[in-house]
Amino acid sequence: MHDSVFDRYREGNSLIHRLDPRVKVVVTVGLILSNALLPDGAWAAFAFSWALVLLGNALAGLGMDFTFRRSFVALPFALVAVTAVFSLPGRALFEGDLGPWHLVVTEAGVVRFASVLLRAWLSVQVAILLIATTRFPDLLHALEHLHLPSLLVTTIAFLYRYMFVLTDEVLRMTRARQARSALLPGRRGGGTVSWRARVAGNMVGQLFLRSYERSERIYQAMLARGYRGQIRTLAPHVLRGGDYLFALAALLGVLLIQLVGRL
Amino acid sequence: MNFVPVPMHIPDGFLSLGVALFCWGVTAVVVGVALRRTQAMGEQRVPLMGIMAAFIFAAQMINFPVAGGTSGHLLGGALAAMVLGPWPAMLVMTAVIAVQGLLFQDGGLLAMGANILNMGLLTAAVGYGLYRAGARLRPRARLVVAGGAAWLSVMTGALATSLQLWLSGTARLDIVVPAMLGVHALIGIGEALITVGALTFIARTRPEVLEPGSGQERGGRGWVLAGVLVSVLVVVLSPLASSNPDGLERVAMDLGFFGRSADAPYHLLSGYTLPFLGETPLSTILAGLVGVGVVVLVVMFLTRLVRARREM
Repeated sequence: MHDSVFDRYREGNSLIHRLDPRVKVVVTVGLILSNALLPDGAWAAFAFSWALVLLGNALAGLGMDFTFRRSFVALPFALVAVTAVFSLPGRALFEGDLGPWHLVVTEAGVVRFASVLLRAWLSVQVAILLIATTRFPDLLHALEHLHLPSLLVTTIAFLYRYMFVLTDEVLRMTRARQARSALLPGRRGGGTVSWRARVAGNMVGQLFLRSYERSERIYQAMLARGYRGQIRTLAPHVLRGGDYLFALAALLGVLLIQLVGRL
Repeated sequence: MNFVPVPMHIPDGFLSLGVALFCWGVTAVVVGVALRRTQAMGEQRVPLMGIMAAFIFAAQMINFPVAGGTSGHLLGGALAAMVLGPWPAMLVMTAVIAVQGLLFQDGGLLAMGANILNMGLLTAAVGYGLYRAGARLRPRARLVVAGGAAWLSVMTGALATSLQLWLSGTARLDIVVPAMLGVHALIGIGEALITVGALTFIARTRPEVLEPGSGQERGGRGWVLAGVLVSVLVVVLSPLASSNPDGLERVAMDLGFFGRSADAPYHLLSGYTLPFLGETPLSTILAGLVGVGVVVLVVMFLTRLVRARREM
């Protein structure tokens, strides 16, 4: 499989691309925190926050609508938040019974629902921007610099390397299953649900054994090449003046957003 | 082939800051212990952990058609704990959920603590604890226990997700709990069938991998106790949450949960008046007593079981 199926990185040499990954991680978390801190119904601040995201898009040379077009991944979960509409006390807009529930749609509830959706939507865009402008290995290196436990970072690094390989394995196994599942037109095929589930279970078991054996081979190969428990990199990752400046500007932006949200 | 999201990854913005940070705290502590325990097993575990994480990631894509275009697939926390042991499984699941959140924005960054807790730590603990409780049974019965454990692990994650959303003021308790648990009761059946299928396959082809003492760390009675306790909590809380939300709200208030979230910048339930205040404490206490009674019975039963086994 081509790794571009999973990789969300967009090649580029913009200001944002060249920033130190540590700074990008910290600024991303800062912006998401800022979104979480905004009170319900702070529409102006939400708009301002989005303006910053758009600015980031433009600076990264991705086109203004880059993150917007990819930002709808969080939408299915919005279904859960719909109940927020009924869960707050306040001026009732609409009342009704649905089965065992007495539902009162309140003004505060609607504002909460819209605010939750906006916060989620803005936060997702910031995360998309981070991942589109930072190579994943650089991101992991940044996490190590930020003092995440090295065993965890190494595990994630291995996961990132081998998820392509094992997904390929899954693709081959699924193709093999399909090739053996002929279907006559007009007839139900594929056995009972529990039989199908057992086949899927067998596939998972087989994938496990293949992965297990592969990990032994990989470890031996790593030892053969002089592995000493650490993964090395050529990227220097040195914080420069520009990085500090960008972090400062982002901090000012967050402060301004919070100020606007509280006025 | 597309990446299939499990409908349990909470995006950013759905949890209040207080709940999100609280979950991050719990997750950080537990993952810290898991890291130390796994590290103690030697550096050979490093590539194994990574590949196993990739295995869970890829295994989540294997699905089987059920009916009407829906399909059953795997979350994997329980299976990972059964084949790798609980601590390594927690590390593996943490890595999987971290990559799903970082790379695919499937689940938020601030909400990642909660997501790891719900889908990684709780599923592994419940799955392993119950599986371990049936370790002495005959193979067939053990598989049934494994299936039940996998099903309940999904339900535990779903209940924890609902409770976090409710504590964040994002969802109404008596709607979100039955909805989430209803959906995941079905998803859990897929999880159980695949987990049992995978265990059967591994036991048939490479039984030595599943044997204790093959390099995997195997926890003991502590895990059984933890698994059973959490399961009992799930079984007691789920109907309580849907039928008596006010009672649970009262408990949360007494435990200081709403106090904490009221510190959060957007005031969640400030000015919220509980209806039937006179009635709820009684029902809460009764429910609590029933819960405590069940827990005491289970613990008594377990200690007796352990003692009987020692005397054998």
